[in-house]
Amino acid sequence: MLFPCLCGLGSLVSSQTPKPCCLGSPIVCERQRVCSTDVWLSDPQYPGAEAMVLTAIRGELVVIPVEWSWLTLSRVLFSRQEVMKWNGWGYSDSRFLFNKKGQAEFTGRRYRLSGMVLPSLKDWFESTFGASLQHKSPATVSSMCATLNASAVPFPSLNEAFLQDLKSTGIPFSHEAEDRVFRAHGHCLHEIFALREGKFGRVPDLVVWPNCHEDVVKTVDLACRHNVCLIPYGGGTSVSSALECPPDETRCIVSLDTSQMSRILWIDEKNLTAHVEAGIVGQDLERLLNESGYCTGHEPDSMEFSSLGGWVATRASGMKKNVYGNIEDLVVHIKMVCPRGVVEKSCQGPRVSIGPDIHHFIMGSEGTLGVVTEVTIKIRPMPEYQKYGSVVFPNFEQGVACLREVAKQRCAPASIRLMDNAQFQFGHALKPQVSSIFTSFLDGLKKFYITKFKGFDPHHLCVATLLFEGDRERVLQHEKQVYDIAAKFGGLAAGEDNGQRGYMLTFVIAYLRDLGMDYYVIGESFETSVPWDRVLDLCRNVKERIVRECRERGVQFPPLATCRVTQTYDAGACVYFYFAFNYRGLADPVNIYGRVEHAAREEILANGGSLSHHHGVGKLRKHWMPESISDVGIGMLKSVKEYVDPDNIFGSRNLL
Amino acid sequence: MASNTLYSPRDPALKKRDDFEDILEERRSSSDLRYALRCYVPVVYKGIAPCKPGVLKTAVLQSDRLRHVVAEMSKETGESADVIREEASGILEEMAHRLRLGTVRFFAYSLSKAFKALFQRVRVNEDGIQRLQQSIQEHPVVLLPSHRSYMDFLIMSYILYTYDLSLPVIAAGMDFLGMKIVGEMLRMSGAFFIRRSFGGDKLYWAVFSEYVKTMLRNGYAPIEFFLEGTRSRTCKSLTPKLGLLNIVMEPFFKGEVFDVSLVPISISYERVLEEALYARELLGVPKPKESTSGLLKARKILSEDYGSIHVYFGHPVSLRSLAQGRINRSQYNLLPRHIPRRPSQETQAFVNETAYRLVRLQEENMVLRPWVLVAALLLQNPDGVDMERLVEQTSWLRGLAVSFGAFLDWPDYVSASKAVASSLALHTGLVRTEGGRAQLAMEPKEPGSPEEDLFDRAASVLSCASYRNQILHVFLRPALLGMAMQMAEASRKDDIYSCFSFLRDVFSNEFILCPGGTVQDFDEACYMLTKCAAVHVQKQEVVATEKGQRILSFLTSLFQPFLKGYQVVCRFLCEDAPEGFPESEYVAAVRSFAVKRILSGELTCYEALSSDVQKNALAALLRMKVVRKLKVGDQVTLRVNKVAANTLENKLGGRVSTQKALLARL
Repeated sequence: MLFPCLCGLGSLVSSQTPKPCCLGSPIVCERQRVCSTDVWLSDPQYPGAEAMVLTAIRGELVVIPVEWSWLTLSRVLFSRQEVMKWNGWGYSDSRFLFNKKGQAEFTGRRYRLSGMVLPSLKDWFESTFGASLQHKSPATVSSMCATLNASAVPFPSLNEAFLQDLKSTGIPFSHEAEDRVFRAHGHCLHEIFALREGKFGRVPDLVVWPNCHEDVVKTVDLACRHNVCLIPYGGGTSVSSALECPPDETRCIVSLDTSQMSRILWIDEKNLTAHVEAGIVGQDLERLLNESGYCTGHEPDSMEFSSLGGWVATRASGMKKNVYGNIEDLVVHIKMVCPRGVVEKSCQGPRVSIGPDIHHFIMGSEGTLGVVTEVTIKIRPMPEYQKYGSVVFPNFEQGVACLREVAKQRCAPASIRLMDNAQFQFGHALKPQVSSIFTSFLDGLKKFYITKFKGFDPHHLCVATLLFEGDRERVLQHEKQVYDIAAKFGGLAAGEDNGQRGYMLTFVIAYLRDLGMDYYVIGESFETSVPWDRVLDLCRNVKERIVRECRERGVQFPPLATCRVTQTYDAGACVYFYFAFNYRGLADPVNIYGRVEHAAREEILANGGSLSHHHGVGKLRKHWMPESISDVGIGMLKSVKEYVDPDNIFGSRNLL
Repeated sequence: MASNTLYSPRDPALKKRDDFEDILEERRSSSDLRYALRCYVPVVYKGIAPCKPGVLKTAVLQSDRLRHVVAEMSKETGESADVIREEASGILEEMAHRLRLGTVRFFAYSLSKAFKALFQRVRVNEDGIQRLQQSIQEHPVVLLPSHRSYMDFLIMSYILYTYDLSLPVIAAGMDFLGMKIVGEMLRMSGAFFIRRSFGGDKLYWAVFSEYVKTMLRNGYAPIEFFLEGTRSRTCKSLTPKLGLLNIVMEPFFKGEVFDVSLVPISISYERVLEEALYARELLGVPKPKESTSGLLKARKILSEDYGSIHVYFGHPVSLRSLAQGRINRSQYNLLPRHIPRRPSQETQAFVNETAYRLVRLQEENMVLRPWVLVAALLLQNPDGVDMERLVEQTSWLRGLAVSFGAFLDWPDYVSASKAVASSLALHTGLVRTEGGRAQLAMEPKEPGSPEEDLFDRAASVLSCASYRNQILHVFLRPALLGMAMQMAEASRKDDIYSCFSFLRDVFSNEFILCPGGTVQDFDEACYMLTKCAAVHVQKQEVVATEKGQRILSFLTSLFQPFLKGYQVVCRFLCEDAPEGFPESEYVAAVRSFAVKRILSGELTCYEALSSDVQKNALAALLRMKVVRKLKVGDQVTLRVNKVAANTLENKLGGRVSTQKALLARL
């Protein structure tokens, strides 16, 4: 039996095949490197082996039942770096690469796209960015399994008194370099780029894993007593520099990892609520609720990794908010531990008029006020039926007009997104190899119908992807209503498959960035929300600004600047941009990237867009806070911070 | 990017300018008919084919902005919305252009014929055309030509047609519509007509601004209008009008377009067609109403030689780069964009400053013929000058002008004597050369009453002055410094600066002086005069050098007529103006006052008779609060602060030494 080895250097030899009870021997590949991995067993020799997962904890091989797979297992799994990349996005086993034939492949087995060959990605990649497979820019400290070079990580400056007291509480902690570096960053471009270069700035000095609310209370209490800086860590998917340690922080910085608090404490079927610990990761929450026939319906694109507490702290938004609502609509009750004490409401009334809602101090506080430990969240019965769909429009303007009409009639499906032409082509480049001549024939026919018969210009047309949810009959009825509206704006139904692929794109896009970074292409996404009447102007101006800024800053190749409308509201929409460019010939690409992104954000603000729709402010965007919420607004937030956390224990310095 | 051309390079003489191509050359050697009927496929904005004029009208009438204004007016007046909408539609009908290729081709044909008869050459900088072509594809373009003659917009369209560029839509005054067929033909060649004044008419303003903005947003065609608002009768640039500039900038401020390219265009005539007309008009002979028969009568001008025309397409200026750091566009975030509102003060200041900059860019690229130098010298020697001396002086002045950055069309191989001779030959109507002396033609052809003679003389002085005026912008700043030095009677830099600032303030209606740019102008003047070694600038002092006397005295006497003109106005206000006299009588009253003084020999400056100077002086006095306007019934009367007027006159005449207290009061 052969397992692929994820260090990419070899494969696991068959003699290493574990027995279900086998614990303790490290997985070593033929290159004699320790590979930690997470492989599904599918060997028919083992009855029921599909239900078992082979995994490794710190190089130790473990086989466990599937329902324990690592994220539920995170309670015993302190070190996520075993399954996740430390210098890139997502699972270690899932990545894009160009194989020997020059074709793109997506490795692993976790996604629909996993293990597939994507024949057109290379051409798209090379023509869009002017990149070439010959020009590689591998990470200097790359190799997926290899641990980072611990000696390069700054030595922890520990607060001994705090450490002594912490030991006495029995809360697990670590000051190993790996653990600390892993929690020193989110996924901003500059953060990942620095990691790939093997550069580490200020990293936390200590990581603690409280197991429950009381543990957090103890930790915060100790932190206050010993003047230690705390930075809460949930899923680590921040894209606002919120997890970055302030470089001039002289106190001991403790990363408070909530991953061990991932239990569903109770489900209340009468009121349709669940009380959940805040460290639970999105996909676990959803899976565990599904087992009882429920769901939250909150599906941000990062839901595989981001945590409930993180959603609350950043005012997250989910793809299906049209049915389920954003986090502020979903949350019924929050418990947060602050230096001043624990803040929570005394009842679970569905709506209250008791002064300004204290939840709104907590939501969006981005770890500056305390740690969210427990949340009561609304749940819904799982939808009986789900259906994807897509609509092709002759141009982006028509598409936006259609979305606006859908929002006006308040008949938006669970999700409706409109990709612009560049993104449509991007999506097309991710089409896997078709298995039969028949499918390719059908594709050709479809293309002919749309471009030749209907006269859509392939360089202007754009696609809306749809997701309907509910009981079957109503979904079909709803579908018809939406397609009828679309038809009024020249939209043509373009099939379920296109729709589904559109959503898949959002899950794999972050992996694609890692691929780009191997070939001199850097990029990121950013988002905003904007009134309906300014959507088109904002999209056009921001894209043009990006192109212009790149040119003025000496970027040698035209950048990719593309957007999609991802959410509709009564009074406006959320717009999401991807921006990437080929940085060959630039001395300081990250700096230039940052400047262009800064200019793009200024353009957004000048065009009536908001500072952020759901990514949050962090440290990356706090520069614009005063102009966004006025000086008095800043004063309000400051005074809250002052009262709740006078000694700046939660010293991430986000937001303000 | 295009914007960095806005700041003049430190050394004006090193300014790099494009070469010219004569577009008539080809016309003289090939068929005009074939030219008029050739395939015309202009490049368009972002490759979008422009819509039909009819579609455009509907878009305007159904725009949010117009609907909003109609609803608001209907609420205010109680009139039904339909009636108001009908009215709006009527306004639009009257205003809108109906661009048709057929008419354009007709013009292409007939103008070819006319231009060949009138002009020796029509010269265009082709590099500028190429830049324009690039701009048209990228951003909406606004063409801003200088305005000296009715020919301006015909020439513009003709050139754009010749180079296969999209034809502009042109904002024209309603008075053209008075010309029966021609008005409609202009309409069909892209002109749209606006009333001269519609201050309070909300509906008119809404229709008009929406019409222009819709064309701009859609990239329908380049929009052309004259910053100066009307033809300059004096050949010096007029202070810019801001209405249309405000309108074309708004779509950018509100994020409706990414950028707008503003293209300053300088059209310079060797002889303006309306030359004789203008001088008469300035002296109070009213301008003939535009009429078709008038145009036909003007046919006789076809037999005269009007020399060459130079058209210089300046670098497109990116509005976005200009506004960078000046305009906070998020101020438009909180009000729906179709609701009209008064621009903020910072916006107004920005628009104003930009307008001045653009006019200066027009001025900078105006081509000057040697005759302009000759005219300036002749005016300073009303009793005539020896030919030899004239040639020597012209040659000297040429050097000075070039070092100040003038755009002289005087190639090196042409000697000064030749240049002077050919200049005089082209303008025989204005100069008399007898016995080796050149003199302005001042003697009336047939003697009449002393007053008639005086007007005849004044007419030829003003005609001549209109040529001299073309070069004033080159010398303006150094001359103001020269006058300030004279006025301050001391060499302390602070004193000179305050005099400079005072003069600049007085003349800011007369010349193109960007508001708020005093320090910059002062530095520029010091730099230029230092460069030609006329003054010596030290930390505390500005001292004239020996060598500088000639330059300084030339500069001060160049601007003397304006100083005199303003003094006359002040004197009139002190002595002759009755308490609270109506504004409408102002020009005639000043004129007759000046005539009396000339006849009595107290005044020798004929330019004081120019209504242009008189009006600018009044505007300056109003601004300086020496005169106030009072509305009595329907009449606007003027109330004069005689003490202030007297002080001002003395100060301009250099009769009072500078005192800070006095300055403060002014």
